[in-house]
Amino acid sequence: MTAAIAAAVDKSYPGCEVLRGATIRVRPGTVHALVGENGAGKSTLVKIIAGIVTADGGTLALGERTVDVASWNRGAARLAGVGIVQQHGASAPTLSVVENAVLGTEGGPMLALDAPASELKKLGDKIGLPIDPRARAGSLSLGAAQRAEIVAALYHGAKLLILDEPTAVLAPVEVEGLLARLRALAAEGMSIVIVTHKLDEVRTVADDVTVLRAGETVATFSTVDAPLDVAAIARAMVGSDLPPGEKVPAPAADAKVALSLKGVSFGELADATLEVRAGEIVGVAGVDGNGQRELALAITGLARGSGTIMLGGRDVTAASPARRLGAGLAHIPEDRHRGGLILSATVADNLTLGRADITGRFRIDRARVAAAARAQIEQLDIRPPNADALVESLSGGNQQKVVVGRELSRPNLVAVVASQPTRGVDLGAVARIHERLRAAATAGAGVLVISADLDELLALCHRIVVLLRGKIAGERTTREELGALMTGAA
Amino acid sequence: MGERSLVDWLRPSANLKRELEAALIAVLFAVAIGSVLMLIAGKAPGYVWSQMLIRTFSDSYWTGQLLYKATGLALTGLAVALALDAGLFNIGAEGQLTAGVLACAVIGTSLPESTPAILAIPLCLAGAAAAGGLVGGVIGVLRVTRDAHEVITSIMLNAIVAGLALYAGNTVLFKGGTTTGAPIVEGARLPQLGFGGSSASVAIVIAILAIALVWWLRSSTTIGQAWRAVGRDPDAARSVGIDVAKVRIFAMVGSGALAGIAAANFVLGHKHAFEEGLGRGTGLLGISVALLGRTHPAGVAIAALLLGFLSSGGLAVADIVPKELIEMLQGVVVLAVACAGPYVRRKAVA
Repeated sequence: MTAAIAAAVDKSYPGCEVLRGATIRVRPGTVHALVGENGAGKSTLVKIIAGIVTADGGTLALGERTVDVASWNRGAARLAGVGIVQQHGASAPTLSVVENAVLGTEGGPMLALDAPASELKKLGDKIGLPIDPRARAGSLSLGAAQRAEIVAALYHGAKLLILDEPTAVLAPVEVEGLLARLRALAAEGMSIVIVTHKLDEVRTVADDVTVLRAGETVATFSTVDAPLDVAAIARAMVGSDLPPGEKVPAPAADAKVALSLKGVSFGELADATLEVRAGEIVGVAGVDGNGQRELALAITGLARGSGTIMLGGRDVTAASPARRLGAGLAHIPEDRHRGGLILSATVADNLTLGRADITGRFRIDRARVAAAARAQIEQLDIRPPNADALVESLSGGNQQKVVVGRELSRPNLVAVVASQPTRGVDLGAVARIHERLRAAATAGAGVLVISADLDELLALCHRIVVLLRGKIAGERTTREELGALMTGAA
Repeated sequence: MGERSLVDWLRPSANLKRELEAALIAVLFAVAIGSVLMLIAGKAPGYVWSQMLIRTFSDSYWTGQLLYKATGLALTGLAVALALDAGLFNIGAEGQLTAGVLACAVIGTSLPESTPAILAIPLCLAGAAAAGGLVGGVIGVLRVTRDAHEVITSIMLNAIVAGLALYAGNTVLFKGGTTTGAPIVEGARLPQLGFGGSSASVAIVIAILAIALVWWLRSSTTIGQAWRAVGRDPDAARSVGIDVAKVRIFAMVGSGALAGIAAANFVLGHKHAFEEGLGRGTGLLGISVALLGRTHPAGVAIAALLLGFLSSGGLAVADIVPKELIEMLQGVVVLAVACAGPYVRRKAVA
């Protein structure tokens, strides 16, 4: 007895084979983790099951019923009880939660929202995912928007719930809550597929695990036989053991201050004061929405606030972003799709965009651009290793490597601001990106890592401060202390 | 997202083959629609099309008229394309051209009679560029400082500039009872190319130089990279230190200047005076040229020749079909380009 089987699924896009005989078998009433590196084909596989993407070949069965993969679509999948919450959400931001929930299923010209709204509310409360059906989707936090989509999927009678990287945008407490809700739903008979990179989540929540690598199912694990062997899962994902990153030696006590903020206020950010010394990696922990975005914007000069910002001993408070970059600042924006990359441009162009030190001031030196791109592609193992590929054709992890390559290869780096540098990025890419951040610090830059991922901060940083309600609330060293301070409990 | 939605269907695909296919589809589509219109008008499409080709290329006058039309269209098309590349939809090439015509004629008539060509022509060109650039710059500044959408402001400025030009003509420039101003000095006149007494002039060289310059700036310089980066993704451009506001203003100034310089074709190369309605329609048709050329200078050149062919060819066969029928095709081409957009953009989504 199975809830869903997708077997020997193939999917190719022009010039790119995404899935090659991928198989997943979901047992009813279980949480099934689908894991793999970025670009392994996880999202494509779940989209095929959910009827969003049409497979080229393979078989698909839901319960006892085998479906025709060629004609399988979202409408049919929804009727068959397949709900999906996509990675970047799929809500129309100007509509309310209830309007989004009934979108496409209205069945007539008149909108009757009261009944579905109260049903959604009741359903949300019942399963422990409280939502406000009347709130505008665009005004919700990422976590609340995700809850709304889960509840909407269940409202439509989903028996198989697919969540594509649901925890990538959540704070640790929210992650715990979500995983607990998923376990509870499974206990009530719901079948759940969760796509993730994070192995501690897999350990917490999964009954079964399917590992995809390069479009193929390379391993499956199940708690039926034995407790999950997380190390084995990691090996299956990357194909080899990850070398643990080495800590960068702490900077000398008399190391110069590379970056300092004094009483910087702007938007959510309230009177933030912070110092990063040369060679030091400082982490900023915190639940999303406590001023992280504003902190990065203020440091890079993309927004102006009050207070003083010093870069390598120079006051850059009034300087433009271009001047700050010229004075030795590098910036990895929190969302590579919003400010990090020009998706419709090539890898080479993105690696050298705004880098006058490579392109030349006026006339673009194509030979130097090509050489710089080649070097970064090799160093960061950007795949496919093609400088002329459009960035939009790359997987998320490889896109992020392009941003990192451009920013951290700037000459005479004084300070680095890395916002969520490995968000939604696979393990192999995480290792490469961390390696580059460590190298920047070793070379003498002050590195500020703003991240929602405590593991990342604990692995990378010399010191970790907590950003709470726009203020630097304090410095902590252990996961427990940090967690407590982040939530305002200490 | 919202910031670039206007020109999203024009997004470059970096795939030359597809771009060419899309342009070809658009042209074939226009030919098909044109043929249907001809059938409705009771004419045999094959006969009309063949007559258009035969008359245009066997009679050097019509060949020259094609070049004359194409010269103006290449410059206004280049103007619209430059702005589009920077993410701005400059509907105002018409007004910028009118401003250029006015400035060009005023300078051309006020120079001393003995001014040599080496001085007179650059002065007239500079005036035309400055006037067009000023109108374009206003649109850019309003966009950047007041967040006023350039489509709206440029449409409004078209009307304002047209009104001002007519006012200037009526009060100062027009010779008693006519809608033509005084002739420009001898030195400011561009030599005709011949072609059976057609209007084609050396202005075509100016258009070719402008295309070459924009092409080079666009593909080989950091300036071109900056304006295209702003056009494709202003957020990314800002984050790597590009001054988005400055780029937008300068792109509009450059766009307006190119449209203004098109005045050379009409004033210096053809009429040698300010005239009511001179060059009218060339700015608006420049939008079609830019879209059909998919904003690439080479595409703009080809599209200008093609639409120039439709313009002059429509007149050449005016005894067979009404020229309005052929003019409709210029609009059809734009619709066809819009329809071909998704085809160009289709791509692998991994």
